[in-house]
Amino acid sequence: MTAREIFDNLKAKFGDAIGEAKLDALQPWITVAEKRAKEICLFLRDEPGFGFDYLSCLSGVDYPDGKLGVTYHLFSMNHKHKIVVKALCTRENPHVQSVSAVWGTANWHEREAYDMYGIVFDEHPDLRRILCGDDYPGYPLRKDFKVPEFYNGMKVPY
Amino acid sequence: MGILNYKFESSNILITSLDGLLNWARLSSLWQMQFGLACCAIEMMAASASNFDIMRFGVIPRATPRQCDVMIVSGTVTLKMATRIKRLFDQMPEPRYVISMGSCSNCGGPYWEHGYHVLKGVDRVIPVDVYVPGCPPRPEALLEGIIKLQEKVRKESLAKKAVQTV
Repeated sequence: MTAREIFDNLKAKFGDAIGEAKLDALQPWITVAEKRAKEICLFLRDEPGFGFDYLSCLSGVDYPDGKLGVTYHLFSMNHKHKIVVKALCTRENPHVQSVSAVWGTANWHEREAYDMYGIVFDEHPDLRRILCGDDYPGYPLRKDFKVPEFYNGMKVPY
Repeated sequence: MGILNYKFESSNILITSLDGLLNWARLSSLWQMQFGLACCAIEMMAASASNFDIMRFGVIPRATPRQCDVMIVSGTVTLKMATRIKRLFDQMPEPRYVISMGSCSNCGGPYWEHGYHVLKGVDRVIPVDVYVPGCPPRPEALLEGIIKLQEKVRKESLAKKAVQTV
């Protein structure tokens, strides 16, 4: 299925929840509403025409305009087609619905995105930091992150 | 050395200083804390394997800090790991030694500027006796580090130290 067909199908089913899209890109992407990510992803996985049974990658992003976002790279083992889905959220209220119930892979990926960007995944079964220490101050991959002077009494800068 | 190079034929009496004997025993059996942190650990494992055979210097990996004389910090020390390293070091019995292996552990290495999660040198949390440079150091370099540490141990005086603390 082409990116255009996927977009049209989603638009017909979810209407306003499907936002901006760029379908002629090398990796065509579609923006979805962050509060309905799970529902849309479940549809993408279970609808026979889509069959996106494999979440290749889930990344957090800090965009230049100050927004945060999550990017899902999806692939279908049966149909051999792929699509990129994006969910955006604001810096003030960084909540995105968790898709860990749709793809088990997403569990740790979302924990990493939470660790690095502070994006809170609602309905996640175990949202803890995965790499940094539990008491690490701030979210290190955000563009406005400043390295702390001290961490547990240890000097951090060179 | 030299002590064992001579045969003991008529009498079995050997005269040496207490320090000389103790230090010879200690430097010939530097038991090593068995843990590795990053790619340097691979080189450390290579040093333990038969090509380089670190055991001929008496370095035996031990799985508990209670039985260790030397901690080889082999790799990137993250802030999360640094607290654990401090604890492991504190659990080692004295006299204890630390070899810092590789650039990361010496000074932060490639993470010196943007490493928000890396301790810029393990000497910020524990005292280091020997620094082994390299990224990662060859096993020969680690062996050199062990030999340097042996030189250091040979020059120490435990007997004098014990008198001073009493």
